[in-house]
This record gives sequence, structure tokens and C-alpha cells, in this order.
Amino acid sequence: MENKIKEALNEARQLLAGAKTSQQLEELRVRFLGRKGILTGFFKELGKIEKEKRPVIGKLLNETKATLEKELESALREIKKAESRREKLDVTLPGRKPFVGTLHPITKISREICAIFQRLGFDIVEGPEVELDYYNFEALNIPKEHPARDMQDTFYISDNVVLRTHTSPIQVRVMEKRKPPLRIIAPGKTYRRDSDLTHTPMFHQVEGLMVGENVSFGDLKGILTVFVHQMFGEDIGLRFRPSFFPFTEPSAEVDIQCVICKGSGCRVCSHTGWLEILGSGMVDPEVFKMVGYDPDEVTGFAFGMGIERIAMLKLGINDLRLFFDNDLRFLQQF
Amino acid sequence: MLVSFNWLKDYVDIDVSPDEIARLLTMAGLEVESVEPLYPHLESVIVARIEKIESHPNADKLKVCQVNDGKEILPVVCGAPNIYEGQKVAFAQIGTEFPDGMKVKEVKIRGQVSKGMICSEKELGIGDDHSGILEIRGDFEPGTSLAEALEIDDTILEVAITPNRGDCLSYLGIAREVAALTGKRVKYPVIKLQETGPPIEKLTSVTLLDAARCPRYSARVIEGVEIKPSPAWLQKRLEAVGLRSINNIVDVTNYVLMEYGQPLHAFDFDLLYERRIVVRTAMDNERFVTLDGTEHVLDSDMLLICDGEKGVALAGIMGGENSEIQPTTKNVLIESAFFDPYSIRRTSKKLGISTESSYRFERRVDPEGVIKALDRAAQLMLEVGGGRLATGYVDQYPKPFKPVTLAMSASKAGSFLGMQVEVEEAAKLLDSIELKVKVLDKDKMDVTIPTFRGDLTREVDLFEEVARLKGYDKIPASVPVAPLDTPKPDEFMLFRNRLADILSALGFNELVTYSFISEELISKLRYPEGDFHYNVVKIKNPLSEEQAVMRTSLVPGLVETIRRNIYRKNENLRLFELSRVFIPAKNKELPDEPYFLVGALTGSRESTLLYDREHQIDFYDVKGQIEAIFDSLKLEPGFSSENIAPYLDPAEAASVRVGGKTIGCVGLLDSEVGEDFGIKTPVYVFELSVNMLYDLSKAKVEFKPLPRFPFVTRDLAVVIDKDIPATAIKDALLDAREPLLESVDIFDVYEGKKLKPHERSIGYRLTYRAPDRNLTDEEVNDLHMRMVKRILKQFKARLPE
Repeated sequence: MENKIKEALNEARQLLAGAKTSQQLEELRVRFLGRKGILTGFFKELGKIEKEKRPVIGKLLNETKATLEKELESALREIKKAESRREKLDVTLPGRKPFVGTLHPITKISREICAIFQRLGFDIVEGPEVELDYYNFEALNIPKEHPARDMQDTFYISDNVVLRTHTSPIQVRVMEKRKPPLRIIAPGKTYRRDSDLTHTPMFHQVEGLMVGENVSFGDLKGILTVFVHQMFGEDIGLRFRPSFFPFTEPSAEVDIQCVICKGSGCRVCSHTGWLEILGSGMVDPEVFKMVGYDPDEVTGFAFGMGIERIAMLKLGINDLRLFFDNDLRFLQQF
Repeated sequence: MLVSFNWLKDYVDIDVSPDEIARLLTMAGLEVESVEPLYPHLESVIVARIEKIESHPNADKLKVCQVNDGKEILPVVCGAPNIYEGQKVAFAQIGTEFPDGMKVKEVKIRGQVSKGMICSEKELGIGDDHSGILEIRGDFEPGTSLAEALEIDDTILEVAITPNRGDCLSYLGIAREVAALTGKRVKYPVIKLQETGPPIEKLTSVTLLDAARCPRYSARVIEGVEIKPSPAWLQKRLEAVGLRSINNIVDVTNYVLMEYGQPLHAFDFDLLYERRIVVRTAMDNERFVTLDGTEHVLDSDMLLICDGEKGVALAGIMGGENSEIQPTTKNVLIESAFFDPYSIRRTSKKLGISTESSYRFERRVDPEGVIKALDRAAQLMLEVGGGRLATGYVDQYPKPFKPVTLAMSASKAGSFLGMQVEVEEAAKLLDSIELKVKVLDKDKMDVTIPTFRGDLTREVDLFEEVARLKGYDKIPASVPVAPLDTPKPDEFMLFRNRLADILSALGFNELVTYSFISEELISKLRYPEGDFHYNVVKIKNPLSEEQAVMRTSLVPGLVETIRRNIYRKNENLRLFELSRVFIPAKNKELPDEPYFLVGALTGSRESTLLYDREHQIDFYDVKGQIEAIFDSLKLEPGFSSENIAPYLDPAEAASVRVGGKTIGCVGLLDSEVGEDFGIKTPVYVFELSVNMLYDLSKAKVEFKPLPRFPFVTRDLAVVIDKDIPATAIKDALLDAREPLLESVDIFDVYEGKKLKPHERSIGYRLTYRAPDRNLTDEEVNDLHMRMVKRILKQFKARLPE
């Protein structure tokens, strides 16, 4: 009996080695382990052998069955793997990709700028694009006949209504409504009567304003330094240059180290190593008076920047007009 | 303003390079936009010596010179008549590029190699002489820079002057800044006049009739001048800064304009009727011809300088043709005045003339500098034109300007700027720009502002001067201390951002197009006459008709963008724009600026060619996008064939409705409209009111518990008339308010041979569920039968055979 069992196992193993399909394996399983199978037959014969030998033979039989089952199973796994391998897909064919949308780079950069200031506690606000001359100029200390009006070529709707030339009127509107202290950031479309390689008649700005007790010029430098470092990287230096805006005193232009050449001089920065990116300054007392703030009680700073300019530097876009051309091949890049 | 570095050195000692001066000025608020050599093309032109001259073997008129450039001997072919051996000449080395674009290269002239060029004055662009080559006299070694040898070596700084710094539109103004920044003092011109003529009162008079527009008017008279070309030094200086030399008298007025920033005018004294000046406003419609020959129509807001009968100069802007200096002029009246800046600006804007003179008056000249400039001009005119100066001058100055004195506190400056400011240091800085400072104690000082700094009127202006002169880079960056307030977010803005995010997640690319369009584009949308879209905000001074009105619809910008893209073979487009339109509001000065969302699909349904068999997009693709947008917003849209926009094809378009309100539309762009815009392929578009969507989306989302018991479905297929919308049956099923009917979905639509032409069969899948138990088959069958009967009866429909 023992020999028969061993012979059966050997035979099964030989067949197993030759089996190539799961079909063959199944036949093999039926032949040995099926209801009428060889090993099953041995179990039925157990009763016929001597009592003393029964436990030993029984044990051997059980072990043999278990071994065979295990080997069958692993052979089946291998064969299934092999069979499935034959059905492998060409994974290099393209996937059924849905269309992938994008936000316009102006939207992206505008959100990025606003997010930096929001983390600093600045509140996002907006204002009208068709604006009263009063808010766009007069309340910002730019009277009708002031030469500072030459700095911004204006689209007029009527004598009193203009397309806003900057986002600064939002400062005034907010201060008229709210009491200090306040911190705001105001993005939006702006318009100037200017169209050439480096100017489009519509463009986008972000305005910032912080007013409170003892807000200093040093604070302006601090906040804008944080902004530049977060926007362009910690390694980008910046410098403040005196300038003139009627609604700030003192006023400063802010240059950053050229993001292309890191300050060593290249075509983008006209070999100066510096790029002008924003205008800023301490809010002029005249502006505070216009909105009913007491310039002896509060001080503040304001700044404004062009979104396209920041986007061009940040994304390496070399032609301003691409923003409004909206070629799909441009839009899909961002 | 163009600043000649050599000329500037007349007024301040400079011991640093032009580039360093440029840096200092820029960092002090006078931005230097460029630093260029006066003659950039002369950089490679040197003094060379002709060592030997041989005749050219192939040309009679040419010579071959052996030229010593200080390093080697080079062969140069030259045809000039005045060359000789040992002569020093101006030699353009290979690589020199002349202003006319000519480039010096190594060439063969009739077979002879020539390595450079011996130049005439005219060729070098430094004079008119081209009778022969320029001979260099003096003891210069070959190799010396020509510009250095001829002392025409100069650097031109282009300085951008901000509108507040009218004082820096002059050499003395710039010199004042340079002096302050380099620790020097300004060297003002020394003026000494020999008044040998009769007393001025005997010769002329000035009647000032409008002291508001003209607070000060002064004049001098020189008799017996000789009008001739200016001496070379004067011509060179004016030309260096881009001014054309005219004659000695006019050139002096321009020279002093540059030097002091005070515009002057010289009249031919004999052409002034009654030899006197009257300053008055013009009369309405008074005509006047300026010296450029243009006739202007004036009005009563404009100041006119007159003689005893007529206008002779448009005050502060331009002189008249009738009294300008002529070659025959003998006697000259020099005007130096202070005109009201706003008045000059209004006139200049109205007449559309801007001159060096009006530009400076607009930015305010120094009222106390008027006489200095007058005297300086007289001095220089006598020097270059001869004649006798009348004794004394006329000066109409009814209300003299008094210098302002401002109090300043160093500690206040310190806390304003965010740095330590010591009173002594502040005083020293302010003194360096010629403010008169009186220190009162350890904190306070009185600062008297000279009249040339009209921009300094408040304490804060002095803070800026302190910061600027000390250097903004000396102010430490600090972090502001502010209360931790909790601003409420702008919900509408958040909503718009969310909407844009949804669109981009659905595969749309965002556009940004101009807010202004042409009126014609609006009419292409086919709105009926009188529609609000035609009521536009117009721009008074547009750049072009294409950008003349503020848009009332985003559709034209969208369709134009599609046309451009299709033209460039970008054919599978999914685009959207979310922006404002501008609708004039009744009884308000400013228009309403509501937001709209527009989008479009063109081309293929699939992004990948492999899966793109015949799948061009259709109406249900764009409708599906609307449904997806609304799904994201937890809103349920309705679609109706009524109320659709006229630019859509009525056969494939729907209005989009929520709760009975139309909030937009969706569909195929009408093919004629498309053609009007230059598009021939199908474009599916949608337009939604973002403001309305926002109002609807405010409803709170509430959780519904998940169902605990399974659902059972039964299908219903009905044959109905094609005119009945598919949703009508779905709505009727749901309207039955059967509590166990959970939902109805359309799973099949069939039209074809098996049915009559006006019929179609629609399959609906009804889902039944009870919230508290399992439904039995019998129960559902009964219920479903009732629903089926109800529909068949209500719609006079039949079941398919």
C-alpha cells in the first residue's frame, strides 16, 4: 500500500511537470483527487488493511493528498499566470484621456499673489472697472490739471467717468466704508490708452493697502520682502528706489533681482540685473483726509503691481500680447 | 531729460564715473534710463599716422597708405586729396559702424587690401566738412581715442524726471542732486552785467492784466544785437542734448532753459506794436499763429502775451510768427515769467501742443529764479550777439512768493520711516539739498523751503527727503504688528473661483479677452432692435472702432477667439470665460457690472485620435457639460426650447432654467451667425448668468440618510408623438407623487421603420424603493401597472407592439 501511494505521487508529479494548461491540471486533479480518483480510492481501501498499519498508512495518505493538492495549486497559479501573460495589452497605446482644462495664467498668478497676502491677513476686495474720475484720480490726490495725469493715459466714458487706470480707487472705496485698522488686497482689470509691444489697453493689477497705528515704511519693506521671497524664491533680492506717486509719500519703486540671470545682467533685465515689478509707498495724508481718516492718528502703506508682468517673469512668457490672444497652445501650457 | 556729463561738470565737481552718477541718481529717485557715449560709433575710431603713401596700381585717383595705428602698420586705400606722409588722421578701425549704418570691413579695393578707413569730418558725423580727410593737430600718439583727442568725448545720461520734480528739468537742478549725493556744493554761474543802454522804463512797459494766470512777468531789452550762428561751444552743447541750433539769440534762450529750467522767449523788439507787452487772457475765438506756422483758435481761459494791439506769444507754450527773431533783428526783448502751471496745462492740452517750455511751466518753475534766468540770458546774449543792454529790467510781480517754513520732528520721522533718525543727521541731509534748516532742540527743527522746491509743502515731504537722501536701503525691513482681525471672505468671489475650477476640471481652458469690443460685433448676435445688449457704455476716446464700447455680452469675444484658433488649426476646443459685462444702470453714473460665464465646444468628443472615430460633438455633449456644472453646484437645471438667445440655432438650442427663472442658454451657434464671425464648423456654446447662479447656489446642502432597503426597477416603453418632450413623461411620473417611486431614467429612444413617421418610442426605467422595508414583487407590479396606465391615458400613448 505504502509503495502504491508513493508510486501514485510520483506519477502525479510526472504528469504535473508535463501539464501545460489549466485544463490538463483539472484532468490531473480529477484523476488523483476526484471522487473516483486514485488517492480517493486508497482512502476507501484503508478499512481493508490491518488495524496496526492503518494510522501510519492513513497519515501517509493524508500527507500525500495535502502535498499533491498544494503542488497542484501552485502549478495552477503558474499556468494561469502564464496564460494571462499571453493576453497582455499593449500598454503603450494612448489612454482614453478626458480633456484637461486650465485656468488662464493671469487667473493663476492673480490667485497666487492674493494667496500670499491672505496668509498675511489681507482681505481680498474688488471694485468697479468703470469708475468715477473722483475715485480714480481726485481722491488719490491727482487733481484734474495735475501733470501726474500724464503718467496714465485714460479712457474716458464721460467727463466724470473713466475706465479705471489702476486698482488704487479700490483703496479709497474701502477706506470710505471701513474704519482702520485694515489690510486689503484688490485684484482686477485695469485700462490705459496705450497699445504697443509692451502695453495692452487692458491689463491686470493687484493693489494692496495696510492702515493702522504706527505702520511704517520699514513695515512696507518687510511685507513686500515676504511677498517677493514667496513669489520668486528666497534667493531673490529686492531694492527700493525713491519714486513719485501722487497718492503715496514717500513713494518707492521696487526692483527685484533678475529672475533669469539672478542679477548678473541679461537681456530680460537690460543688463542691469534688476527688474522693476511694483510701485509702493506710504499713503499720502491727503488721501487719508479725503476718506475721513486722521493722518495724525493712522499711517499706512499701499502698493500695486501688474499681474502680467509678474506672470511673464514667473512663467517665462516673452510676449505680452499672448495673454489676450488665447491660442489654445498657449493656454494649455499652464 | 538728456544730460551731457561734460556740461553737468560746469556746475558741480564730479570725481566719479558717469555710471556711478547714474546709480546714485537712480537710487535717489531720479531714474537714469540710459548712459550712452555721445558718439557711440567713435569708440573704435582712433588717431593714426600715415607712414607711407604709394600709388594704387589699378586706379589713378586712389592711394595705398601704410597706416600706423599704434600697434601695427596697416594698408589702407584712400582717395582723399589732402593726405601726406607723417599726417595724423582719424582712423576708423575694422568693426566701426557709422550712424548711417555703414560698417568698416576688411575689403579689396581694385585688388588692393584695405584694413580700415581714413575719415572726413562728415563721415564721422561730427561736422559738415567733406572736402578731405580730417587732420588731427596736436601731440597725440597713434592709438589715442579720437573723441579724447578732439575733446568731444562725452556721455549722455537720460534721466526720467517724475512730475513732482520740475526743478530737476534743468542742469542746476540735477547738479543740486549730484552735489547732495556726492558731498559737494553747486557752483552757480557767476552773472555780471554791463548795463550800458538807456533805462528800461524809457524803452518799454509791461501791463499785467491777469496776475492769477501770470503771477510774475519780467523783461529786459538789448539793442543793437547781431543775429548770426552761435559759436561752436554753444552749438555743441545744444546738439549734445538733442536741440537744434537756430541762431545765437534763440540758442541762448534754449541754453538758459536747460541750465536753469526757466523757459524764456526772445521777441524782435521792433515788431512789437508800441514796443510794449500786455499780458491778458485771449478772447473767445481769437486767432493766433504760432511760430511753427499753425493757426490756433483760442478761448478766454488761455493766456496771451500781446503787444500794444495783438497777440505775440501763446504764454508759456510758443511764441508767435509775427514777432520771432529774424536774421535782420536788431533789438531784442527777453521775456522771463512765471505762469500758473494748471493754466498752461489746460491750454496745452486743449490746443494739443506740448513744448519744452510748456512741459516745464506745467511742472512749476521757480518764481524766484525768473530774474536770475533773465540776467543769465542777457549776459550770454551780449557775449554771443553783442549790443547794449538797457539799464534795469521790468518786473511785474504783484504778490511775491514767500518761502514756506515747515516744522519737522526727527522722532516722528523715525517712527514713520521705521528707523532711528537723529536731528543732526536729518538737518545735514536737508541742508545738502539747500533747504534752510534751523535746529530747535534734540527733536525739532524748522525747515525753510526754497521756492524752487514747490513740491515740499508738508512735514511728510521732508520725511521722504530724509529717507531718499539717506537711502531707502538704510531703512530696515520690519514685520508690522497688527490686530488679529477676522475678515469675512467675499462669498461671491469664492463662488466665481469655484465655478472656474469646475470648468477647468471639466476640461475647459480659460480665456481672458478684452472688455471692449466693437458695436458691430454685438449686432452680429442678432438681438432684436431695442434689446438691452445694444445699450452700451461708450468710450469717448477709443484706440479704434474695434475697441469702442464696453461689452454687454461675452459671446463675441468667445466666438472671435474660436475663429482665431480654428484658423490656426486648433480645432478641438473647449473654452470658457468668466468675466464682467457692462450694463448702463438707470439713474446711476456707473453701469452695473454683472458676471457671466460663457463656454464653447468644437470638434471631436475625444481628446485622443485613436478613440476618435466619428465622434464629433453634438448638442447633448454641451448640454451634458451644463448638467455637470449644475451637479457640481448641487443644482438641477431645466431645459426648454423657449426663450433661447437669437444667436443660437433654434433646432438645437435650449434655455437653461432653474425654478422658473431663465438663467442662460445652450446650443448650436446659428450657422449664419457663425459665418458672420468667419466660422464654418459647428460650434456649441453656452451662456449663464453667474450672479443668478450664485443666488441659487446659496441654498444649504443637507444630508439625506442612505437608503437601508434595496430598490426594484421596472421598465416602461411608450410610443408617443415626437412633439412630446421626453421629459414630459418623466415629469408626469414624478408628479404623481407616488411615495415608492424614487427616480425615473430614460434608457432608450427609438425612431424608425417599425414606427409611424411622427412617432417615437421612449424607454423609461422606474426605480421603486420603500424607506422601511423590502418591496414585494406583487406590490411593485401593481404599482407599476397603475403608473403605466396613467401615462398611456394622459399622453394618449401606446405600448410598442
